[in-house]
Amino acid sequence: MSFYETMTRLEQLPYGMLWNRYTAEDVKRALRAERVDEEGLMALLSPAAEPYLEEMAQKAQRLTRAHFGHVMQLFTPMYLADYCVNHCTYCSFSSIYDFPRKKLTLEEVAREAETIAATGLRHILILTGESRMDSPASYVRDCAEVLRGYFSSVSIEVNPLSTEEYAELRGAGVDGLTLYQEVYHQETYRELHVKGPKRVYRNRLDAPERGCLAGFRSVNIGALLGMYEWRQEALATALHARYLQDKYPECEIGFSIPRFRPYLGEFNPASDVTDRALVQIILAYRLFLPRSGISLSTREPAALRDHLVHLGITKMSAGVSTEVGGHSLEGGTPQFEISDNRSVEEIAGMLRLQGLEPVFKDWDILSEPVCLT
Amino acid sequence: MQDPLMIGGVTLTSRLFIGTGKYSRNTLIPEVIARSGSQVITVALRRVDPQSKENIVSHIPSHMTLLPNTSGARTAEEAVRIARLARSAGLGNWVKIEVINDQKYLLPDNIETIRATEILAAEGFVVLPYMSPDLSAALRLKAAGAAAVMPLGAPIGSNRGLQTKELIRILISETDLPVIVDAGIGRPSEAAEAMEMGAAGVLLNTAIATAKDPLLMAEAFCEAVSAGRKAYLAGLGPVEETAAASSPLTGFLA
Amino acid sequence: MNLTVNGTAQRYEESCRTLADLLARPEWAGKLVIVELNGELAGREAYGDTLLNEGDRVELVHFVGGG
Repeated sequence: MSFYETMTRLEQLPYGMLWNRYTAEDVKRALRAERVDEEGLMALLSPAAEPYLEEMAQKAQRLTRAHFGHVMQLFTPMYLADYCVNHCTYCSFSSIYDFPRKKLTLEEVAREAETIAATGLRHILILTGESRMDSPASYVRDCAEVLRGYFSSVSIEVNPLSTEEYAELRGAGVDGLTLYQEVYHQETYRELHVKGPKRVYRNRLDAPERGCLAGFRSVNIGALLGMYEWRQEALATALHARYLQDKYPECEIGFSIPRFRPYLGEFNPASDVTDRALVQIILAYRLFLPRSGISLSTREPAALRDHLVHLGITKMSAGVSTEVGGHSLEGGTPQFEISDNRSVEEIAGMLRLQGLEPVFKDWDILSEPVCLT
Repeated sequence: MQDPLMIGGVTLTSRLFIGTGKYSRNTLIPEVIARSGSQVITVALRRVDPQSKENIVSHIPSHMTLLPNTSGARTAEEAVRIARLARSAGLGNWVKIEVINDQKYLLPDNIETIRATEILAAEGFVVLPYMSPDLSAALRLKAAGAAAVMPLGAPIGSNRGLQTKELIRILISETDLPVIVDAGIGRPSEAAEAMEMGAAGVLLNTAIATAKDPLLMAEAFCEAVSAGRKAYLAGLGPVEETAAASSPLTGFLA
Repeated sequence: MNLTVNGTAQRYEESCRTLADLLARPEWAGKLVIVELNGELAGREAYGDTLLNEGDRVELVHFVGGG
């Protein structure tokens, strides 16, 4: 059993008529339910829910505060390498672009880490492009070992790996995995991923489950919103999260809600995800999985982020650079443009003004994790 | 309305499971079965008493699914032994695992219950474990091969109702096994409430057997379980909250 | 022959040679009896062929009311 089976079923649904079938009563029922089921989730993502965003927001806010408290966890991404063998039509790191590629040495990793740690952050997400030659799992492991000296939590966002490789990284102190499917809709997935190993849809789809099997403490998934009809994509993401959460209750399954941003290339999103739509998606995720974390990146502008902190978000990035070595080195190429350039200190200040406690360090691994291989 | 409950390859149209203990006379049992509409009935296994002429099985119509329990077992091994003895009677392969060490409250021992479930499920039994409503235990029972889980609503025979409601609610939402509330239910309204919450069924004995009129009570429970189930399927109507005059959280979307 | 049946030691006449003979006695007849012979489950199809020996421990159980 894999989530692929659910995905296959979802792709056969007659969405054209399905979304319009939901009524205000269905939305109200979902709002009242103690546990929102698949039907309820669809009602919350449907056009019928649009007039109920405030009611959804009230309940989402209540659930979030009840489960997480008046806090916001902060983290920052750290780009290790931008070598990439894939051609994805929407990404600046795509292999078709000719720009000087970079990969941090372990000394440079330490320097970046020092700069970031000086801001107070203790949770870090490390990223690479996809290149098994230039940034293999062993390289990520070596970097993680350096970073464990500076951070209490190290998560990865790299190309899909095998269960054994994940377990090895877990053994090196990596506690979280972030991996976006990008697009759940299979046909669109194939269109957008023109070349490279990333074309293999299932390898990516099953990777979060491999992460759960390898024992990561948290696994974060997401669809790159805008690539395909957002209601379907949000539905698939939420069901994927529930599939994982039901099957691996020991792992914290979280959502990311990346909305497509302009980048180096000419790609135009297929589905217009307005602020309203983004809010509807966040609220539906929260009502569907009340205990799951939801991360908000600096892809979103500061003013919007300031509002979203009350709608179910539990984690925010701060002090962000999407360039390799962007915190302590010069002259990288950003993966995407960020819209919120505020420093960690500024974000923390904004949160406090809004009555939320910024959390720089949520946990620490006291004993060396057990390597499963 | 077609709404069968499938357990161990058997299709049940009634979601009320009943017991055979504590009746003033066993000849009531066939009529209780008929009035309750039940299709699954529990029995216990004991040494034969040479003085007694009673034979409980003779009161149970053959269309019933017999659910022998392992009452008296204090360890997994004892439960396994009782289950194997019961199966050798040739009346089916269902077993309600009941392992109880605590003689004061008669609360089940989940750890021994999980061990017994593993062994018996591997031997082809349809295993319905009686358990304390604990999520980790329920997930382990599922992994061990249980066909359903049977959490207690309150201590056996106490007629105290759904004291463990919150925990049972969690089991219902987080395990995809049928959850059958066993023990504690004293009134039809409590059975209906369990069913409204999404329980797959309820198992009762004392509440019917010790009623002043067990036959009428059997009928009352039959209707309560069915009403609760229908309410669950129908989806409870929304309790309207007062609408907010402004939109403090989403006003920025304009 | 001396047998311990359900914990009670008793002398049985020589004609009581098999499990089937034992179960035919009036105190057990007419009940759906399950037999454990010296701690081992005895198959019901073989009651007639299962010989009893001096000192055997026999457990006879059956279904009773229970919840």
